[in-house]
Amino acid sequence: MSRVSRRIEALLWTAQRASAAVLAVCVAIHLAVIVYAVHGGLSAAEILARTRGSVGWLLFYGVFVLAVAVHAPLGLRTILREMTPWRDRSLDVATAAFALFLVAFGWRAIGGLFA
Amino acid sequence: MSDATLTVRIWRGTERGRFETYTVPRRESQTVLDVVTWIQRRIDPTLSYRYACRVGMCGSCAMSVNGVPRWTCRTHVAKVADGDGVTIAPLRNLPVIKDLAVDMTVFFDKWARAQGRFVSAPGAATDFAVVPPDSRERQAADAAIECIGCGVCYAACDVVSWNPDYLGPAALNRAWTLVNDVRDGARDERLAAVAGDAGCHACHTQQSCREFCPKHLDPTGSIAGLKRATALAALKGKI
Repeated sequence: MSRVSRRIEALLWTAQRASAAVLAVCVAIHLAVIVYAVHGGLSAAEILARTRGSVGWLLFYGVFVLAVAVHAPLGLRTILREMTPWRDRSLDVATAAFALFLVAFGWRAIGGLFA
Repeated sequence: MSDATLTVRIWRGTERGRFETYTVPRRESQTVLDVVTWIQRRIDPTLSYRYACRVGMCGSCAMSVNGVPRWTCRTHVAKVADGDGVTIAPLRNLPVIKDLAVDMTVFFDKWARAQGRFVSAPGAATDFAVVPPDSRERQAADAAIECIGCGVCYAACDVVSWNPDYLGPAALNRAWTLVNDVRDGARDERLAAVAGDAGCHACHTQQSCREFCPKHLDPTGSIAGLKRATALAALKGKI
């Protein structure tokens, strides 16, 4: 492993830890919102009425999706490198593609709540 | 069950072999190393094992005792015997040379790969380095310095067992000790050497090393320290 790739590995590890810290907050809020919505018996229309045009919810779920898109692919990459022989560059490409997939579809879903 | 004798199963052979059973008289304050030595001297002189100091300093006599890696010279039979039985095997994760003696070459090569040797900072040889014993720097370096290189942590580590390239707890613990040594001049090179998926970032924090270390050191904590230090060094572009 070259020194450059060691540095990249250290940075990827940092990114995963930092995204985990963000997720810890986001997941807690997300669960609280779910419990609130279910207990309050909110309909889909009532939920959309709260989220449409709300910059706060847009930013919150935008950050949430970003943290997921950083954290989940890196975790899967680590598991695959440990448990399978797949360790070459194609795994890094697949990891990046999965991250882009999560961002694209996550933000698309948020767009549906906001617009 | 008899209090007077001990039924001892010992691994005989190399990677391929079998357990053989011996009957050994029980003694007061008897250690596992006493048992192995008794068998070698009284029953079978071809039994191979390794020891030197017998007082927990040299780190030579580690073996697997009833499935747990231990320093055998400081392990009392009374504390680990399963009834009147003890099963003794070579350390896990290392090639077996013969019987209870394992080849430690890979283990110590990894200390070298982790830059486990002190590198004098430029100009350090011109004067004494004064590091007060109660200073934060000295205490950080002291925390993990008492490693005797017995290999118990290496045998206990599951990450070593599935990733043979992983440097392992002892080598990383040594690297962390030197990272904290204010006299050392190779901090960034050492952090670069221990970064990556064969280094500190492979650790899953399962803490077997910490659980079984006979010196009660905390290699898991050392590795966590290396993770933080390599992250900061990477962010600053130093590695």
